[in-house]
Amino acid sequence: MNVLAQADLRLDANAIDYVLLAVYFVLVLGIGYLARRQVSTSLDFFLSGRSLPAWVTGLAFISANLGAVEVMGMSANGAQYGMPTMHYFWVGAIPAMLFLGIVMMPFYYGSKVRSVPEFMLRRFGRAAHLVNGISFATAQVLIAGANLFLLASVVNLLLGLPLWVSIVVAAVIVLSYTALGGLSAAIYNEVLQFFVIVAALLPLTVVGLVKVGGWQGLVDKVSASPGGGAEQMSSWPGEAMTGLGSSFWSVVGIVFGLGFVLSFGYWTTNFVEVQRAMASKSMSAARRTPIIGAFPKMFVPFIVIVPSMIAAVSVGELIRDKPALLEGGSGETGVTFNYALLLLMRDLLPNGMLGVAIAGLLASFMAGMAANLSSFNTVFTYDIWQSYVKKNEPDTYYLNMGRWVTAGGTILAIGTAFIASGYENILQYLQDLFAFFNSPLFATFLLGMFWKRMTPHAGWAGLVTGAASAGTVWGLAQAEVIGLSDLGVSMVAAATAFVVDVVVSVVVSLVTAPKPDEQLVGLVYSLTSKESLKHATTGEDAGWYRRPGLLAGIALLITIVLNIIFG
Amino acid sequence: MATEQDPSTSRPRRAGAFDVRMIIALLLGIYGVVLLIMGIGFTTDAEEAKAAGVNINLWAGLGMTIAALAFVGWARWRPILVPTEGEEGTEDHPSGK
Repeated sequence: MNVLAQADLRLDANAIDYVLLAVYFVLVLGIGYLARRQVSTSLDFFLSGRSLPAWVTGLAFISANLGAVEVMGMSANGAQYGMPTMHYFWVGAIPAMLFLGIVMMPFYYGSKVRSVPEFMLRRFGRAAHLVNGISFATAQVLIAGANLFLLASVVNLLLGLPLWVSIVVAAVIVLSYTALGGLSAAIYNEVLQFFVIVAALLPLTVVGLVKVGGWQGLVDKVSASPGGGAEQMSSWPGEAMTGLGSSFWSVVGIVFGLGFVLSFGYWTTNFVEVQRAMASKSMSAARRTPIIGAFPKMFVPFIVIVPSMIAAVSVGELIRDKPALLEGGSGETGVTFNYALLLLMRDLLPNGMLGVAIAGLLASFMAGMAANLSSFNTVFTYDIWQSYVKKNEPDTYYLNMGRWVTAGGTILAIGTAFIASGYENILQYLQDLFAFFNSPLFATFLLGMFWKRMTPHAGWAGLVTGAASAGTVWGLAQAEVIGLSDLGVSMVAAATAFVVDVVVSVVVSLVTAPKPDEQLVGLVYSLTSKESLKHATTGEDAGWYRRPGLLAGIALLITIVLNIIFG
Repeated sequence: MATEQDPSTSRPRRAGAFDVRMIIALLLGIYGVVLLIMGIGFTTDAEEAKAAGVNINLWAGLGMTIAALAFVGWARWRPILVPTEGEEGTEDHPSGK
């Protein structure tokens, strides 16, 4: 997330645009109100009573990730690097999502844990639980703050509203519906958000393509643009994006770094995502959640990255400043790649469509924040408060607690957003810091699910040393001992953390005592009966088109075809 | 831990009262109709020229209206079933086929 500098981005929004925006806000709050009627227990509040259909949780699964940081970050990457950015979606998300649905979800859903940290607690005991729970909860509040800050800066740029007004208004709206309707309200709004985003960005992409003369026109213009050239039009090998010198190492980096350690760490252990699947109504639906999400996920880059590429070759300021920006400086007009989508909206969309586009952006930013808050309140209430502070209270206590924790989280996020408005780099550093936990978490989970000998001490030791090693790599890169691009650094850091975690876990396991087998039933593959990992194939889970394995196969096939077409 | 299945609180399922598909249809429907009207009557030549000669309000409005109707159709075709009192779990009630 870069500084949103002083470029002239004011949109010509008129009354109709504001009306369309207002309609969206009314429906968002309406969903919160309606969802409230479905909340009568803490499980309803934190996990939607495990009652949602797979298409709802599947769309929420990808929308939760489609927040401000993602939309702005990916469009900036698209404007800068072009098609290689597609890998964040095709290589860096789809395989991990399918893996989550096929391999890991049976343990998450089958063991009936209410959060990812709770799985840690049952598998490895308290130390690992606390490391996971506290780092996750802290990270979510900070990311919610980042989303909030980004939202406010965009509103400030587009509509001229003061930063603090947008921060407070957006926070109050998000808080009202998440505190009222809990996870259901967050999830339903994420589904709504998905369609608003498509309604906003698809027309923008179409107009943009007409503007540059169709796909061939885009190819010609990108190939002729400075710093880009023809390699921006094919996703492989993406050397410019990875910062790895040779095309061989770039491909290796993308496949193993981005496609394995980074993305598996994020998608399979991040409770923001897994919570959506846990909210679904059956084992089959839980397994299908990330798999159904994979289908829209593979096409999202066409309406995020392609318009950004169009912006880079058709918006006056970006064309003029691109050479300076590519060298890491700033151009005379003050735009950055982050603005790509906003600039294209300003240049192309008439009033009416403009209102929908603004609604789409704000929808994405708010839903991203709501996702952070709704996973934060679950982990804080169940994994910190109920596990260590107030253990045996009646269920209504935890339900009320959840609402207060949501409010507390929102206030912390507002604080974070204000701090970020003063020191933007701090927020970036903190987010990097918490990302260090993702890849060792995945290593720990994978070992823990398939190796019953792994001990409680190995659980926390692997996590801590893995995260510390990722931090060391990151620190060396910040001190410019290692010269790599941002993506290159995260890939190397994640890979190091993964390896360190595995080595430390194995070594510690061999010298400490494992948990007795009977405590690991349902948590470890070899000790769990095959029946309890299976999903039902009757009733609402019947039919070939509801088989997780088949759906995953189709998703994988389409992803491969997309890679061949756009490779 | 033992909070999830408390038999004494057999909470009523009111899923039928609220179908997110109708909310999506409502939003896309309003957007679609407003954009259609804008596209037919209020989009100036200058605006059309700005959008590369495409009357995007008209086309996007048309698309959103069709999408809204599709959601209404889906919600009608497969309504959410409210399980009868006392039944638990999801395999108990038939799909809407």
